[in-house]
Amino acid sequence: MTQTITIDPVTRIEGHSKITIQLGEDGSVADARFHVTQYRGFEKFIEGRPFYELPGIMGRICGICTISHELAAAQACEAIMSVRVEGTAADLRRIVNYASLLQSHALSFFYLSSPDFLLGMESDVAKRSIFGLLETHPEIVRDGVRLRSFGQKIIERMAGRRIHPTWIVAGGVSEPLDAGVRETILAELPEIKALVRRSLDWFKRAMADYHEEARVFANFPTLFMTLVDEREDVLELYRGRLRVVDSTRREILADFHRTEYQDYIGEAVEPDSYLKSPYYKPMGYPDGIYRVGPLARLNVIGKMGTPEADQELAEYRGLNHLSSFYFHYARLIECLHAVERIEDLLDKPSILNPRVRAHASANVSEGIGVTEAPRGTLIHHYEVDEQGVVTGGNLVVATTHNNLAMNRGVLQVARRYIDGENLSEGMLNRVEAVIRTFDPCLSCSTHASAQIPLRVQLLDPAGAVIEEALRG
Amino acid sequence: MSEKVSVATVWLDGCSGCHMSIFDMDERLIELAEHVEFVYTPLVDRKDYPEHVDIALVEGAVSSEDDLNKIRKIREHTTTLIALGDCAVAGNIPTMRNPFGTDAILETGYIETATAGQQVPDSIIPRLLPVVRPIHEIVPVDIFMQGCPPSADVIYFVITELLAGRKPKLNDKTRPGA
Ligand code: SF4
Repeated sequence: MTQTITIDPVTRIEGHSKITIQLGEDGSVADARFHVTQYRGFEKFIEGRPFYELPGIMGRICGICTISHELAAAQACEAIMSVRVEGTAADLRRIVNYASLLQSHALSFFYLSSPDFLLGMESDVAKRSIFGLLETHPEIVRDGVRLRSFGQKIIERMAGRRIHPTWIVAGGVSEPLDAGVRETILAELPEIKALVRRSLDWFKRAMADYHEEARVFANFPTLFMTLVDEREDVLELYRGRLRVVDSTRREILADFHRTEYQDYIGEAVEPDSYLKSPYYKPMGYPDGIYRVGPLARLNVIGKMGTPEADQELAEYRGLNHLSSFYFHYARLIECLHAVERIEDLLDKPSILNPRVRAHASANVSEGIGVTEAPRGTLIHHYEVDEQGVVTGGNLVVATTHNNLAMNRGVLQVARRYIDGENLSEGMLNRVEAVIRTFDPCLSCSTHASAQIPLRVQLLDPAGAVIEEALRG
Repeated sequence: MSEKVSVATVWLDGCSGCHMSIFDMDERLIELAEHVEFVYTPLVDRKDYPEHVDIALVEGAVSSEDDLNKIRKIREHTTTLIALGDCAVAGNIPTMRNPFGTDAILETGYIETATAGQQVPDSIIPRLLPVVRPIHEIVPVDIFMQGCPPSADVIYFVITELLAGRKPKLNDKTRPGA
């Protein structure tokens, strides 16, 4: 008799997900799958809207990475307008983008994953949360809240509101930077940098206790993809060329302009998930498995491009770059980098320049925008008619790229930790934890990790449910 | 002090922005944790909806069979059900799919824009409903909190008013979209 363990719901991208673990006769893991259970349909329902509404509508894909969606949408619109946003407007967008990275990484690292590191993967489920940490590690909770709110406040101060601001528009940004806001942010930066440094310190110490997790948390060869700067081999989150490297991270397999993405990225559909499975087209499906996001970015680029983050990168290079466990570490290094970059950008004399927006109507019929969202490469692709009314769209969202790797990671961890004969909650928490390393957007990572009524079903050979038990 | 007030935060078909606004209470979230217990939210590992919850903040519209089951269960086990944000209150973004129909939406997502295995996924995962609906069309709602998302200040106000035993008056504090 085979058994299926269902972890339901885990969730992702604006939605919800679950994991099924198939056990064999002897109670060992035969298969494990990650299923995304919600689909929203933005690609269709933008049809008929004027193109310039897209940044505002697309921001509503996600409340965490609104800024990323607005930026990718705006860049696609600018391609349609035949406008390239340069100078101050691009710099202002970059600052807000780094701020968004900070709040998103803080959420993932502190609010969602840190209880696993500080209290233990198999610790008391009732306490294993940021609220539980308030009793044991209140200073770390405060750091997490502070870092997230610092990012959110930059967005609020510069873009007008924290969630779904309307400041990023096709053609630039709607308001220049206020001199007082610049001073306020600059004044807070040293404290935030110190906060990130001490987080790196404790996490590096904690990592020593997680060798086994590092060994089995989605640790296998895949390709890696990210944007890179157009001129230098440094990290570039806002706009650049796309690059794919092999699993040794030494060989560049492809380096291409965003308009060519369909030559390199295919999207497969599996019957048991609303999340598509992108793959590197030249290698076919599913061999063309690749990863995106903080880990992939650090694996692809030569340098971070800021001094303190580059020192950390040197240390990171000593670790096994194939283990997804180090997504967490990569996330913290990116936070340090973001703080350094925000400071550099705010120090530019040109940053207060009031000319921050270009005006144009639709000049070509197609536009593609690509940016690095906190979770990885984000592609928006639109088609419009002569009046600039949208006729079609395609989106490849960061979390989606990692679908094949998340699935394989779930199986790897399940094989290592799940013992069908003596099932425990802690074992299942590790399966969720591998998903958490990828931080697949709040739906997936928080919601996911959060509400997991665990249904164990005993099936007869014909697949009928004989017995069902709820654990929780 | 007596028992803490139990609070759940749930999301259906929403963008998580309303949840972000809850987190945007920042340090006030820590302060609130002294008076309320977040029994069921994306931040804790609780697996099933508790038998009794005092206050539930629900983000998002009702879009899939799962959402439908969840909102019925929540209503049954909750004293004060709050529709949090425009999607929950009036449908908002998720209902943009209604004029096209669920089939057309799925067709675009999984046939037209796919390059391998083109098919509409239908195994293990819940079916999408033919029509997306706001919460009050399925179950009675006690408090409607407009906004996309409602601000952290408004969320804090509502929770603290409820803690003080008052019914929050929101007329001058919220509007759709803001
Ligand atoms: S109301 Fe707005 S912020 Fe809230 S879930 Fe809906 S789209 Fe997101």
